[in-house]
Amino acid sequence: MEEVKVYSRASSIPKNPYIGFCPGCMHSTTFKVIAEVLDELGIVDKTIECNGVGCSGLGLGYVYLDNVFCAHGRACAVATGIKRTNPDNIVFTYQGDGDGGSIGIAETIYAANRGENITMILINNGTYGMTGGQMAPTTLVGQKATTAPWGRNPEEHGYPVHIAELLDSLTAPAYIARVAMNSVQNVRKAKACIKKAFQYQMEGKGFSYVEVMSNCPTNWGMSPLETLEYMEEHTLKEFKLGEIRAK
Amino acid sequence: MERQFLKGCEAIAESAVRAGCRFYAGYPITPQNEIPEYFARRMPEVGGVYLQGESEVASVNMVYGAAGGGTRCMTSSASCGISLKAEGMSYMAMARVPAVVLNAQRGGPGVGDIRPAQQDYFQATKALGNGGFQYIVLAPSTIQEAADMTYEAFDLADKYRNPVMVLTDGFTAAMMEPVVLPEQKSEEELAAIKAAKKADWALKGKVEGQPLHKISFNAGSKPPQGKFMNTGEDRNKTDAAMYELWKEEEVRYEEYRLDNAEVVIAAYGVAARISATAINILRAEGYKVGMIRPIRVNPFPEKPYAALDPAKVKGILVVEHSIPSQMIYDVKLATGNTIQIDTCLRSCGEIISRDQIVEDVKKIFAK
Repeated sequence: MEEVKVYSRASSIPKNPYIGFCPGCMHSTTFKVIAEVLDELGIVDKTIECNGVGCSGLGLGYVYLDNVFCAHGRACAVATGIKRTNPDNIVFTYQGDGDGGSIGIAETIYAANRGENITMILINNGTYGMTGGQMAPTTLVGQKATTAPWGRNPEEHGYPVHIAELLDSLTAPAYIARVAMNSVQNVRKAKACIKKAFQYQMEGKGFSYVEVMSNCPTNWGMSPLETLEYMEEHTLKEFKLGEIRAK
Repeated sequence: MERQFLKGCEAIAESAVRAGCRFYAGYPITPQNEIPEYFARRMPEVGGVYLQGESEVASVNMVYGAAGGGTRCMTSSASCGISLKAEGMSYMAMARVPAVVLNAQRGGPGVGDIRPAQQDYFQATKALGNGGFQYIVLAPSTIQEAADMTYEAFDLADKYRNPVMVLTDGFTAAMMEPVVLPEQKSEEELAAIKAAKKADWALKGKVEGQPLHKISFNAGSKPPQGKFMNTGEDRNKTDAAMYELWKEEEVRYEEYRLDNAEVVIAAYGVAARISATAINILRAEGYKVGMIRPIRVNPFPEKPYAALDPAKVKGILVVEHSIPSQMIYDVKLATGNTIQIDTCLRSCGEIISRDQIVEDVKKIFAK
């Protein structure tokens, strides 16, 4: 019987990365999907990754690409500088929700508003993972955090920020989608959207944004399986999945 | 070479273009708005990019990205705007990317005064951001020097793979003077400079079998054999060695009428220029007075100050548009407190007059 290779490791994910993620964390799934997309589009050799600060910054050691360690929140500004001076490269940012949606909300909105021809991947897990579970812009009402020990209270903390919908209020962005990594079906849909986002950049269409709904077993205080259930029952009800804009 | 009558900001921006600056990002702030305005008009003519960032923070991080990609690039601001750039200036020092940052100083602290001053000496020479890093800091005293030093800054930045600061002030930025601008570098030369950076360390995209180029905390030197990256301490040591090397190779100063001087003025930038006029008046009256002017305030010219003979020099007068004086500490360190140091200071847009300097020098002689 002839052997047919049906699966192989993406070229920019090494066998033994010197940094890994917590068990059950969807950062590694997201990186795998991005790396597969880069291979499928044949753009690995011209891709430059701009990492945010927080767990997203661990991508510096998890993904083997030319990359930049950006200051917290500034990845879209850094990516702007790279892409404007190296238009032949494919430039993407990989940021958390605190990075891209709180401290870096100005950089995010203005890069999107200029229609920078870059791709932004934003991980929405409702918490500051690396610093130990503080309240994020995306923390759900009632969801506990170390800095909201009785849960997010709208009267005190306001409501979760919907970054994709904020960007949808702008004219320039070309592609906006929200995807999730919590099931096989959703991972496949996510990959299709991420691929489309990079294709938009390759075609010079302008700013493409994919918000990836993710989990944080460590700081949510749940087993990985419990986080999948929590996402279905809570987070995905607050943050609706789908393509929001595809110009 | 054509002599032109230019405003400081315009001379600076055009010199940057001629040095090969092909990316500029900034945010409006007085008194340097004519720099971004000039770039906005000029960059399209040379195939460069001008961007108005949404903030100083964003602008300096755009420059961080452009520098990481190997393009000669620049940002500029003034005082409180430079404070906002501290984050990006620190990251650029961390990742050791060459870029030029210009500060047209105004009053301080905080919003201070929109009028010119020299109130950011500590910031420029001691702490541009967190982490104990340094830039070479060039301190022009005329528009001609501002043009020449801006041009030179790009070469220095590439030479050391480290950002360089041009520390000027609102006086020089806003004045108009005759200037001879430096020569335009050729497109071939600029392409070769960028290609060399990409071959060595700048972002380009991964090449199979070759090391990745990472603009990150492990920059500045190759990691030891068998290690993926340098430790933070490895990097600090590499940087410290470079700062020591600057003290040997990059100190620049001017001695003005220092022969037999019994009083020595210490001043940089526009204050040195006014001081030179005061010295000419005093010399004509028979007073033996001269000046040591740091042309670069970092690395500081310690040696000429240390060489002053306490038996012959009655006193030093620091002339500076800052209250309190900031440069006085470097002069004290260099002279080891062996010579009395007085100050002649104004701040927040008030200009030191030559008469004030003359009077203060005479007070030292009268002691």
